[in-house]
Amino acid sequence: MSDKPTEKSAEKAPEEPKATPPEPTVDSGNLHATDLDLAAANAAGDTSPVQIGERRGMFGPTKGGDTTGYGGLRTPILFPGAAEKPYGSYFDELTGTLETALNSDGTASSAFDAAIERVVVDRGELTLHVAREALPTVARALRDDPALRFEMCTGVSGVHFPNEAGRELHAVYHLLSITHNRRVRLEVSAPESDPTIPSVVETWPGADWHERETWDMFGIVFEGHPALTRILMPDDWPGHPQRKDYPLGGIPVEYKGGVVPPPDERRSYN
Amino acid sequence: MATQKNAADTVYEDIPADQQSPGLHSALGDGQADPYATTDADREEGARVFNASGGDWGDLVDEATALHEERIVVNMGPQHPSTHGVLRLILELDGETVTEARAGIGYLHTGIEKNMEFRNWVQGVTFCTRMDYLTPMFQEATYCLGIERLLGIEDQIPERASIIRVLMMELTRINSHLVCLGTGGMELGATTVMTVGFRERERILRIFEAVTGLRMNNAYIRPGGVAQDLPHGCLDLVSSTVGELRKGLRELELLLNENPILKGRTVNVGYLDLAGCMALGITGPMLRSTGLPHDLRKSQPYCGYETYDFEVVTRTNADAYDRIRIRLDEMYQSLRIVEQCVERLKKVNGPVMIEDKKIAWPAQLSVGSDGQGNSLDHIREIMGTSMESLIHHFKLVTEGFRVPAGQAYVAVESPKGELGCHVVSDGGTRPYRAHFRDPSFNNLQAVAALSEGGQVADVIVAVASIDPVMGGVDR
Repeated sequence: MSDKPTEKSAEKAPEEPKATPPEPTVDSGNLHATDLDLAAANAAGDTSPVQIGERRGMFGPTKGGDTTGYGGLRTPILFPGAAEKPYGSYFDELTGTLETALNSDGTASSAFDAAIERVVVDRGELTLHVAREALPTVARALRDDPALRFEMCTGVSGVHFPNEAGRELHAVYHLLSITHNRRVRLEVSAPESDPTIPSVVETWPGADWHERETWDMFGIVFEGHPALTRILMPDDWPGHPQRKDYPLGGIPVEYKGGVVPPPDERRSYN
Repeated sequence: MATQKNAADTVYEDIPADQQSPGLHSALGDGQADPYATTDADREEGARVFNASGGDWGDLVDEATALHEERIVVNMGPQHPSTHGVLRLILELDGETVTEARAGIGYLHTGIEKNMEFRNWVQGVTFCTRMDYLTPMFQEATYCLGIERLLGIEDQIPERASIIRVLMMELTRINSHLVCLGTGGMELGATTVMTVGFRERERILRIFEAVTGLRMNNAYIRPGGVAQDLPHGCLDLVSSTVGELRKGLRELELLLNENPILKGRTVNVGYLDLAGCMALGITGPMLRSTGLPHDLRKSQPYCGYETYDFEVVTRTNADAYDRIRIRLDEMYQSLRIVEQCVERLKKVNGPVMIEDKKIAWPAQLSVGSDGQGNSLDHIREIMGTSMESLIHHFKLVTEGFRVPAGQAYVAVESPKGELGCHVVSDGGTRPYRAHFRDPSFNNLQAVAALSEGGQVADVIVAVASIDPVMGGVDR
């Protein structure tokens, strides 16, 4: 897997093009051949994909000088956007029941619209993007309503999107209903500047360690968690290792005069 | 956070200089002082003061002083032979009775999930196979099924590949259960159970070695299919092994099922009812020991499990003894599936990797005079005939394939419960995030519920009945 960039880059360094690549932008009007993802998304009927970042270049190393000539290429990273009704499968019934449950519960009749920011149906899976302040009520409704009955939260998984301004940290909950044999995914986001999300341990005690792991790895503070401490890393560990800006680390390996750089410094393809 | 507001409440003074750790006293050893001890610089004005605060430490100290009783807190592990690797159990004892039990984990954290983000999609298989090292095929399968869902190629996987996957997974299930019973027996003092269990496991490892070249950490299941077809004569080996395993399992049953010592140690020990299992998200044999026939192979089938004939084993006493019996019976069910796989593999021929040449690696491996490697025909083609093939081979193996942006969660029924993989792609050649929901990680939360109020010796039985593997718990 490794090349030997040390000698090569040393030779080529003087010839490297000095032009700085253009600044990244979210304006997708000026994209080049690019938008394979966008085209594919449009073709699939997904008219409102969500951009969570941008990819630079086409192939070759992401660090160091661009020797490919494709360094100016910018491709948006598009995630599936909101789906339109009917969603298909059991998704319509599920969202309908949840809407009834949420709206009858509170005083406002638009509680559902306020709580569920986006309903995404992709690859046969249903994702509900939940506003973080509404997570406890949504979770409780999903667990307790007889027609929903998601009695198990099979895990909490964090995802870090450093380029999605104001929504950098995502906590993803996978729920399982054994009663109805269904699954649903809840996705909650929080900005890096205020990384707090309400805890669901009161609803699903089994989420205890999963939330601790997500705190440990991503630094998401689950408010209301009974004992939010590190679980996998040592108690005094600095930083949250699964964040994208946290380096992988590693040391170069030498073998018979050749040097294999650590994994995060090797040539990577984007 | 509420804990931050109380930060100033509890201040612990540093220990005086003359009460340093005796083991590091300057008069002893090489004369090196304790590098972490309090120095004069620490006592100056404006020196940094470390406050040990947060959590309920203050309450704990107050409680301990108010009680005026001797509280014995025992650290069982992380280096304890009967805690399945490096599990640390923190037990508060009142005589022989456990009043509080907590599990401390993280001693085997190796950052596999982070590492996977720096390798391409195919290379990720070699990482996730090392998580729960007793169930490598299951991590590989769930990870590959996740990638296949992201790629939208779930229905293009060749039938033979799916059958081989099922065959390997069921053999792995027997393998994992045998180790669970074997080590569990050894923890109770029954050495013969361990030797029988590991003897039978060896037969399965021999099959794995014949098929994948490795006994563990196989990296055999790949996105799009499996790495290579079964070798010549493998089905005969599997068939004969099934017979031998039946005999060995019978031996285990005779040793265990009505053994008065085993029953005395396990019946009504480690009890967790259905409500407890549901609340804690417990799956696998523990959940089935409460009578609920929840098995993802039946309820949400994958790899064609709906076409196999087998039963979900349940019992109703919800104790450690029932979990042992469930594992024994499940191994017989797995043997049934293995036999069906062998029958099918005799009839179904064809590729074991997806047709799409943008995903499948171009060469099948073969054994040459200098060991295992790419087949000679393929080398001849890429080096002598087709430069495009060479480029394609190089690009696919070094750069890898791209996976469209999005996320998927696929769960399989591992021997320990629901093993799920949440894969997120940003459209690149490497996983943006791969998170594994390991059943042991979740099920270990039940340690407190299983062992509080029981005897110290029962803690071992309770933990063994969870069957945690720390490689999977800590990842």
